[in-house]
Amino acid sequence: MLRYSLKRALSLTISLAIASLVIFAVIEIAPGDPASFMLGVNAQPDTLAALRTELGLDQSKAERYVSWVTGMLRGDFGTSYTYRTPVSQMIADRLWVSLPLALYALALSTAIALPAGIYAAARRGKPGDLAVMGATQLGVAVPNFWFAMMLVLIFAINLRWFNAGGFAGWDKGLVAGLHSLTLPAIALALPQAAILARVMRSALLDILGEDFMRTARAKGLTRRQALWRHGLRNALIPVLTIIGLQFSFLLAGSIIIEQVFYLPGLGRLVFQAISARDLIVVESVVMLLVFAVITVNFLVDLAYAAVDPRLRSRT
Amino acid sequence: MSLLQITDLSLSIHAYEILKRVNLTIAPGEIVAVTGESGSGKSMTALAVMQLLPGGARASGSIQLDGQEILTLPEAQMCALRGAAVGMVFQEPMTALNPVKTIGDQVMETILIHEAMTPDRAEERAREVLTRVGLPPDRFPLSRYPHELSGGQRQRVVIAMAIALRPKLLIADEPTTALDVTTQAQILDLLKGLVQEYGMGMLMITHDLAVVADMADHITVMRHGEVVEAAPTQRLLTGMSHPYTRMLFAASDHRVTLPAPPPPAPLLKVSDVVRDYALPRTRLFARPGHHRAVDHVSFTLNRGERLGLVGESGCGKSTLTRAILGLEPVQSGEIRLAGQPVFDGKRANPEIRRRMQVVFQDPYGSFNPRHRVDRLVTEPFHLLDTPPTGSERSDRIAEMLTAVGLSPDDAGKYIHEFSGGQRQRIAIARALIIRPQLILFDEAVSALDVSVRAQILDLLAQLCSEYDLTYLFISHDLSVVRTITDRVLVMQSGRIVEQGDTEQVFSDPAHPYTRALIAAAPQLPETGARQA
Repeated sequence: MLRYSLKRALSLTISLAIASLVIFAVIEIAPGDPASFMLGVNAQPDTLAALRTELGLDQSKAERYVSWVTGMLRGDFGTSYTYRTPVSQMIADRLWVSLPLALYALALSTAIALPAGIYAAARRGKPGDLAVMGATQLGVAVPNFWFAMMLVLIFAINLRWFNAGGFAGWDKGLVAGLHSLTLPAIALALPQAAILARVMRSALLDILGEDFMRTARAKGLTRRQALWRHGLRNALIPVLTIIGLQFSFLLAGSIIIEQVFYLPGLGRLVFQAISARDLIVVESVVMLLVFAVITVNFLVDLAYAAVDPRLRSRT
Repeated sequence: MSLLQITDLSLSIHAYEILKRVNLTIAPGEIVAVTGESGSGKSMTALAVMQLLPGGARASGSIQLDGQEILTLPEAQMCALRGAAVGMVFQEPMTALNPVKTIGDQVMETILIHEAMTPDRAEERAREVLTRVGLPPDRFPLSRYPHELSGGQRQRVVIAMAIALRPKLLIADEPTTALDVTTQAQILDLLKGLVQEYGMGMLMITHDLAVVADMADHITVMRHGEVVEAAPTQRLLTGMSHPYTRMLFAASDHRVTLPAPPPPAPLLKVSDVVRDYALPRTRLFARPGHHRAVDHVSFTLNRGERLGLVGESGCGKSTLTRAILGLEPVQSGEIRLAGQPVFDGKRANPEIRRRMQVVFQDPYGSFNPRHRVDRLVTEPFHLLDTPPTGSERSDRIAEMLTAVGLSPDDAGKYIHEFSGGQRQRIAIARALIIRPQLILFDEAVSALDVSVRAQILDLLAQLCSEYDLTYLFISHDLSVVRTITDRVLVMQSGRIVEQGDTEQVFSDPAHPYTRALIAAAPQLPETGARQA
């Protein structure tokens, strides 16, 4: 198990190094001058020269790459050109909204999806299964921003249980913070839950047809006992894969929901930075998201091994 | 009083009648074998006793276990019965165990769900049972996972789970079909010993008549859901009142007469071939070790000769087959067909590849279900520079389908319209259509019922005289190899340990391994059918 973890960790480090090279290459080495791109075609030559010095474009590419990477390792992501504030500070502020939101949504989606999937699998072809499958069909088909607007309409405008948008801030306390993230988290979670429930159901149905499930029944386990004791853990591998993918998506892909609820999250930061051609911010946020995705994959790999002994011994 | 009494058991799944008025009795300490070909309903009979029938199944009649009627028993009480009063062993040991639980947990589970006791006590019982089935915990700790055991060892775990609570009745559904002959002999011994020691009744389901004749006190022969004949083993073997029984036994021991091979002229030369597989690195910078699957193998296959290759699973027969087909590189030595190497350094030598064809074991998995038979049969044409087209193509298809005993009209059908035996005929037509110099039969009749197998063997013998076939017949089934080959190679752990004329090797084996193989293979006794 230790060797497996170390190997996965090594592959994580290599992936990060390659990702940083690719991001750097795409943004810095791509044809055209980043400074004139950022300032637009009508820039004054002296402003351009000043920005070039600030970006370090007078240095060699290798030097720039090394200083970018070592800077990030120290937590120094440079200074945003448009906002004139340290990028690390901007990211940290946004991350305090996006990360809890993603985790909140993921927790909701898992909490809805796994029981629903197990329920449907255990009642294959019966009304309960059909109801769950119908609901997930709807959840997959309807876009999350529509859910978001409906939630605002019902719970914020009519019932007035929640605010229609904005983020209270964690300084008002955990409950207040979570309260303002609840509607966005639900809107994000519903379509994800629909997908996850379908995956859970089909994974479990595959397992129910396995020989060892028949063996379990021949031992005298009831259908339900066999499902819980022998089916569930075997069905978890595909479910874990989807959960990993969903977390990555929730962290970076919630831009529309952030827009609907007016949340200061990472998605909006990237969007604003791209619109303002603030390459320093774009570069750093993209690197951060890559880091998050790769780390989640690492954790999923560890979870695989915890679930399935065959992976542990394969190193 | 009998332990199991099945009276007039009929079973239908949706509209299909599976069993028709089946009667069967087992006394304590008695082994009753139910035999028959696929679709005879023998497995369904076993599952009916366990009440583990597929959805939509409706049973009528009566199944009494120790005087208790099972068919009307509520599910909760049935759960209490399964695993405690009736244990069951399945065919496929590789998949019958939960891969994510230790063998100790799985054996303990049987004990704990039926009897209230502390986990420590249950573990103690699990140790005893595993020791009894030949897996002493000092060599096979309870913390082992199924993937760390061989097929035979896994079957022992399944048996341990089934007998942990000393059930009155043990049901074994093809318990050794997936195992090698030497392992099969050990598992059959184990089952026999357990029946004697515990005084259990045993219901054994198997298609293998040699196993049946060896093991059972009483034989029931089934066909299409009906019992055609049932009698004590000795009486059945000598009497055989029903023609189907006679046919079954005759087909199990079917012999064909091959035309005499032409004078020796080498076609395939395998010289000193070694095939290694790299093992995963154990340490980061250490050189990875390797597993030698084929170890300095040399042999010659002459034109017109029928050569057998026998050995148990893992002995390297499949690896050698792939190397001969040029699908894999070899580490040393070389393989030449008609003087040319089969592998040109990077891939199969196309010049040579078109002179070889292969017929695989699984008649269900080796065809694309979305293609029609004409397209399936002409697949090897892509190996030719100028494949036949138009009427020449359809003539070739018609000729081949006729040669293998099908009709030219079958060319327009899809593969799901054919039975297993017919599919294997199509596979042979596919192999023959480019008139290869060499055909490899990789367990080509192993998945077939005995009567179908006999027909395919007849077909091969007939094709031998019509097309002068040269083939390498790879099989674990010694009786088939004995009749369908002129010469045989015996392979063990990557090496050819013995080779010679088939009859010579079988009647007077020189190598201890060959002797062990032949001794372990169950033999059909002399029967009424043979004499008839």
